[in-house]
Amino acid sequence: MATLKLTSPARTGVWIGIATITMSFTAYTSAMVVRQGSGADWQHVALPRILYVNTLLLLLSSGTLEAGRRRLSVAWLSITMALGLLFIAGQVLAWRELASLGVYLATNPASDFFYIFTALHGLHLLGGIVALGYVMVRLRVSRGGPPLAALSAASLYWHFMAVLWLYLLLVLATRL
Amino acid sequence: MGKLFAAVVAVVTVISAGVFIARIWWLPPDISVLGSGIDQQMTETMVASGILFVASQLTLALFAWKYADAGDGRPIKVFPGGATPMVVISIVLVSAEILVLTLVGTKVWGGIFLSPPDPNALKIDVQAEQFAYYFRYPGLDGKLGLAHPELIDASDGNFYGLDFANDTTGRDDIVSASLVVPVDRPVLLSLHAKDVGHAFYVPELRIQQDFVPGLVIPLQFTATQVVKKEIVCTQLCGLGHFNMRAYLDVVTPEQFDQWLKDQAP
Amino acid sequence: MHESSAPPTGFLRKHVFSLDHKVIGKQYLDLALVAVVTGMGLSWLMRFHLAYPDIAIPGLGRFAPNAAPGGVMTPELYLSLMTMHGTIMVFFVLTTAPFAGFGNYVLPIQLGAEDMAFPRFNMMSFWVTCVAFLVLLAAFFVPEGPPISGWTAYAPLSAIGKDAGPGQGMGQTLWALSIAIFCVGQLLGSLNFIATTLDLRTRGMTLMRMPFSAWAWFITSVIGLIAFSVLLPACILLILDRVAGTSFFIPGGLVVSDRLQPHSGGSPLLWQHLFWFFGHPEVYIAILPGFGIVSHILPAFARKPLLGPKVALVCMGAIGFLSYTVWGHHMFLSGMNPLSATLFSVPTLVITIPATIMVLLWIGTVYGSRMRFTTSALFCLGFVSVFVSGGISGFFLAQPSIDTYLHGTYFVVGHFHFVMGVAAMFGIFAGTYFWFPKMYGRMMNETLGKIHFTLTLIGVYATFMPMHYLGLAGNVRRYSAFTDDYMKGSLPLHRFITMAALFTGAVQVIFFVNLIWSRLRGARAPDNPWQATSLEWSIPSPPPFDNFGGHHPVVLHGPNEYGGTGPAGDCVMQAAPTTQVTR
Repeated sequence: MATLKLTSPARTGVWIGIATITMSFTAYTSAMVVRQGSGADWQHVALPRILYVNTLLLLLSSGTLEAGRRRLSVAWLSITMALGLLFIAGQVLAWRELASLGVYLATNPASDFFYIFTALHGLHLLGGIVALGYVMVRLRVSRGGPPLAALSAASLYWHFMAVLWLYLLLVLATRL
Repeated sequence: MGKLFAAVVAVVTVISAGVFIARIWWLPPDISVLGSGIDQQMTETMVASGILFVASQLTLALFAWKYADAGDGRPIKVFPGGATPMVVISIVLVSAEILVLTLVGTKVWGGIFLSPPDPNALKIDVQAEQFAYYFRYPGLDGKLGLAHPELIDASDGNFYGLDFANDTTGRDDIVSASLVVPVDRPVLLSLHAKDVGHAFYVPELRIQQDFVPGLVIPLQFTATQVVKKEIVCTQLCGLGHFNMRAYLDVVTPEQFDQWLKDQAP
Repeated sequence: MHESSAPPTGFLRKHVFSLDHKVIGKQYLDLALVAVVTGMGLSWLMRFHLAYPDIAIPGLGRFAPNAAPGGVMTPELYLSLMTMHGTIMVFFVLTTAPFAGFGNYVLPIQLGAEDMAFPRFNMMSFWVTCVAFLVLLAAFFVPEGPPISGWTAYAPLSAIGKDAGPGQGMGQTLWALSIAIFCVGQLLGSLNFIATTLDLRTRGMTLMRMPFSAWAWFITSVIGLIAFSVLLPACILLILDRVAGTSFFIPGGLVVSDRLQPHSGGSPLLWQHLFWFFGHPEVYIAILPGFGIVSHILPAFARKPLLGPKVALVCMGAIGFLSYTVWGHHMFLSGMNPLSATLFSVPTLVITIPATIMVLLWIGTVYGSRMRFTTSALFCLGFVSVFVSGGISGFFLAQPSIDTYLHGTYFVVGHFHFVMGVAAMFGIFAGTYFWFPKMYGRMMNETLGKIHFTLTLIGVYATFMPMHYLGLAGNVRRYSAFTDDYMKGSLPLHRFITMAALFTGAVQVIFFVNLIWSRLRGARAPDNPWQATSLEWSIPSPPPFDNFGGHHPVVLHGPNEYGGTGPAGDCVMQAAPTTQVTR
């Protein structure tokens, strides 16, 4: 017997997750600000151009996700997931470009934060991809009706990943 | 059972407060110009807290003693005024106390950490390391040589990494394992750490300050008595932390000048 | 919600990887029990060494031949025991038992729900916490042993690596890893508590009708969400400094063990800010559930409502909010700008106000009551007493000019042990004696309980009050031995404290005997042995697997309706009579 629910716990859960992730990236941001001021060794990191391509892919994926959500379409969700995976592949390419220039994780404090921000965002996005996959499976096998709550929650998370990326890109572009 | 609880709380309260009041264990007499300010604030806080402590514990004990369930179905009583007196007392009493202590305390705090350094102050460089302090006095040239961490050679007595070959200002620096200072003269310490965090604490001076690697932190004091006291480390710095100390040796101005002459390399 | 509405089958599903919040709550409590015994044992070793530094401790030489040659503890062993004691107690006892332990078991029932919002995350959070505990304990078994940097792990001592001292190699890395994993478990837990409180309350259970304990767990979970979200990044940055060659916390030019360290530009103060931004709210995470538990239990035994229920809620919320504004009071002497000391000191002192109001509300509740002095009630009253003691010493430390003298002394040790090691523990004891009948369907032995309480109350005062005297005399903390001229004289008092600590520890055996004996032979517990009003007392002891037997209780009243003279007795149950589940 289902428990009475006042609002969808799945969506509440994602909002709480958004709060947590926001707080932790705030902590990293303040660490970055402090670190920038505490040592004289901050070196500008030129952002690989591919980052902007990746950004477009991620924003596009938000669009395809909305299409998939409204139409309950596994096809559109698959495109979204593919775009997400392409984004991550693009991020890896950005790392390789930096590595070829000799800029690694511990090369200088600015590069530290480049890698930390992009890696953590990518990890969280992978989580979103897994969640999307779970929703797609349940859509296909929809025994108890379409998983509206899970889909709504997964979408909220995905859009937040795009918003978070825009913020990180802004930080990387202006401070690094 | 309530009576037993009340009795235990009352006895514990009286004993605890009694030991505080009797000052069986108390701050050692201060030897600093700032000492009386801190001690006064300590006493004020002790009196205010002591009254609150004794009053609340004994009230708790009294109520526990009185209000046991006697099984006679007598009606309960609500505290006169309900929660309002609690809120009012707390806000008024505590706020007043906070106001007084903050105003007084800020003056004392400012005296230690926010006063501009006295121009007449004796400047001494202090290096803390695992697990010792080294104090460096400028020699006759009145200047301290530059310290280079990569040149530190403890076995050779070059604790500060002075570049004796190329740096003339450092050649006459006096490095001592004791902090020798003249009485009644402001001393301005410059604290830096060689390896990890340490701290400088002399209870009788009523001052304490962490050493933070990467920072040079000023600390000013004036000793008012000719006496020898211990400087101990209060910031956990490794296995030798418990044994990390030096002596603060406050001497007369004449003895200090003689000491400087004797130490000259 | 639940996979099916039938109870789980199979040993693993029922007892190990259970999704049932009641099982998970008990698992957390069992973990806390193991942790507290371990932490207490470490403290006995420490106290014994402090009192008798040159005496060999039997068996120690065999367990740690390098760290305790001939059974005599080395300074590094002392410091590593101290680090592990603090870490285990703060994280695995005080953050698990009152919050994840009791909260998991009781909260859904108090709200009228079948389970937490995310049972699978709930199970994961427990097992993640277990993994964190095992990773931490692994530090005992690496060649150089556990870290020696304290539970606060200040950089650069904690960030440099092996050069900084014994235990600072693998031991410290395991510590950082363990705490990072713990953060994940806690965040999952907070997620569950918040979602459950917001979304799963039964019909009629408005926020204002929630029991005080439910409110306390809710506020705690919000605090925890923000705090652990900052500790996790801090631990990750620390690990990177240790293994990846970064320099977040390590400045340049450091010569450690005669080696110039290859780091530069980092800030040790950054670690302190990140750590204490978490660390101060953390201690409120440890104590707030106790506030809620005491506020919940006391009225039931006083047979009268808690004085000022709305005021109590505002105070708990205020404390939660203010807890984020005070972290710098751990750093008055850290080298941060001295002007900021006043900035942090004022809210630290202001927090005294809601805390004082709470204490007066509790004392005011006892006034005019018909107090039933059960063991649980006694621990509630004891909580008030020890919280007053601990809170008052905080008042001293909140003032920077006084902290100049008292920082780093035993005064601080006495303060935080009173509020955390004693008050929070009393909250846990109160909750145990109160909810044991519901959890196990058997009553605990009241005589043993009262002996446990009385001797413990005397023991904790004897152990921790003298520490304030030592602090006033300038006795420095975190020392493995007292060889200074001025601290040698404090040995007699240290010996007294050691005796008191060993005595208090021995008394806890009574509690363990009671726990075990009552599980096996305790008198059968009725549904509502305490005649309390909240929803957990309207269901059988122990509850059926889905709590309410498939029904949804309808709530008509708040939790504070004691002291009346109605036909059903002197209190009114929260749930409407027809929706109560009876055996």
